[in-house]
Amino acid sequence: MDIKAKIIDEEGFTRTITRLAHEILEKNKGSKNIVLIGMRTRGVFIAERIRNKIREIEKFEPSFGILDVTLYRDDFRTRLKQPEVSVTDITFDVNEKDIILIDDVLYTGRTVRAALDAVMDLGRPNTIQLCVLVDRGHRELPVKADFVGKNIPTSINEEVRVRLVEVDGEDAVYLVNAPNKN
Amino acid sequence: MSLSSRHLLGLYGVPREDIQLILDTATTFREVLERPIKKVPTLQGKTIVNLFYENSTRTRISFELAQKRLSADTINFSTSSSSTKKGETFKDTVRNIEAMKVDMIVVRHQSAGVPQYLTKISKANIINAGDGLHEHPTQGLLDMYSIREKLGRLEGLKVCIVGDVSHSRVALSNIFGLKSMGAKVSVCGPATMIPTGIESLGIKVYHNINEAIEKHDVLNVLRIQLERNAGVKIPSLREYHQYFGITTERIEKYNKDILILHPGPINRGVELSSEVADGPYQVILDQVTNGVAIRMAVLYLLGTMHN
Repeated sequence: MDIKAKIIDEEGFTRTITRLAHEILEKNKGSKNIVLIGMRTRGVFIAERIRNKIREIEKFEPSFGILDVTLYRDDFRTRLKQPEVSVTDITFDVNEKDIILIDDVLYTGRTVRAALDAVMDLGRPNTIQLCVLVDRGHRELPVKADFVGKNIPTSINEEVRVRLVEVDGEDAVYLVNAPNKN
Repeated sequence: MSLSSRHLLGLYGVPREDIQLILDTATTFREVLERPIKKVPTLQGKTIVNLFYENSTRTRISFELAQKRLSADTINFSTSSSSTKKGETFKDTVRNIEAMKVDMIVVRHQSAGVPQYLTKISKANIINAGDGLHEHPTQGLLDMYSIREKLGRLEGLKVCIVGDVSHSRVALSNIFGLKSMGAKVSVCGPATMIPTGIESLGIKVYHNINEAIEKHDVLNVLRIQLERNAGVKIPSLREYHQYFGITTERIEKYNKDILILHPGPINRGVELSSEVADGPYQVILDQVTNGVAIRMAVLYLLGTMHN
């Protein structure tokens, strides 16, 4: 990992999660109708932390689901490596719910497009709101996040790496030079 | 992770990691099948031909459903309504179909080796849906998936294949697949139905069904295939049922923990009593549901592979 900068450290991470939880509650007026859906892989852990925070603040626990968008991707023909699929785990009914879709990094917007299609196949939610830890720009589709942890202007030669205790042993966000693709 | 081959011709020689990957991927599709909209856009724009030279309901419908649920375009070909009747050779038929630009061919044929031959004359991904007395790999995979779903593992399990093993492609696919997943496989049936020398595959042979029930975790019970001349190997269906039929009495006396699989269609009162076929020990209809998920997994893994 060719690190250029540490953008969020452990303490900043906790504060960001806390703020996102508050913003979600504020915008939805503390509604009990919200459900959280984390996008595999790291979005799931961020969603879990936001859920825990919401429980602390409001003393209620929103339903929680996991979405795998692999089957909805648009890059099967152009990618070199075959993506691994895992199970979507959404056991509640999404109809009429206010869905908070949670991911780690918002970049081209293509994953979000796939996620929207995936959620729509499960039913007709009242709203879908997008919450991301980092927005790094360079959108290729008209997608905008409702809740953003941090906006980070990047060049396309850079990558944003979100590291989480659950997967990587630390909570931090780094800006790194993209590894040479050849 | 990708499969190591771009075709699925049989389970013989397929590495354990590949089987594991197919079974794990099928779990994802099992979830898709429980959704209100049982369809994902994954194989959009891919064209798949189902080339069936032999009768089939279950397998053909299962493949077709799997393809539709992955949003592929499918064409069904069966010999009864095709130019094969007009004398066109197999190779010409395939070349013509290929000229229409297809990505995958699912083939069932009465002759062993046809899928293998297809890989030489076509650029498409080939999936074997049963070739002669050779293999029926997706059936083997769905049997393994059903066992794993019910018992949580395959490694170390004792599985016995019961019935007309010598006339069964399902038996061969099960044997190869289960063995590479670390299960212990044996066969049970009248001597006329067990191929000589099968022990050389490292398989134990039983001729007493009670003993087979007692000593195994799973019985995969094959259909007595009268259309394949099974009648000359046994005196009568009634006698077969008496000596080898699976009945509730036998299960309750010898092993209440047994799991019964059957690839269908069932001859009720022959290889299984009606009571067993509908009873608590079997997973026959789960096998059918799992079959769609397994076929989706195979189509997905082959169809999205980079050639």
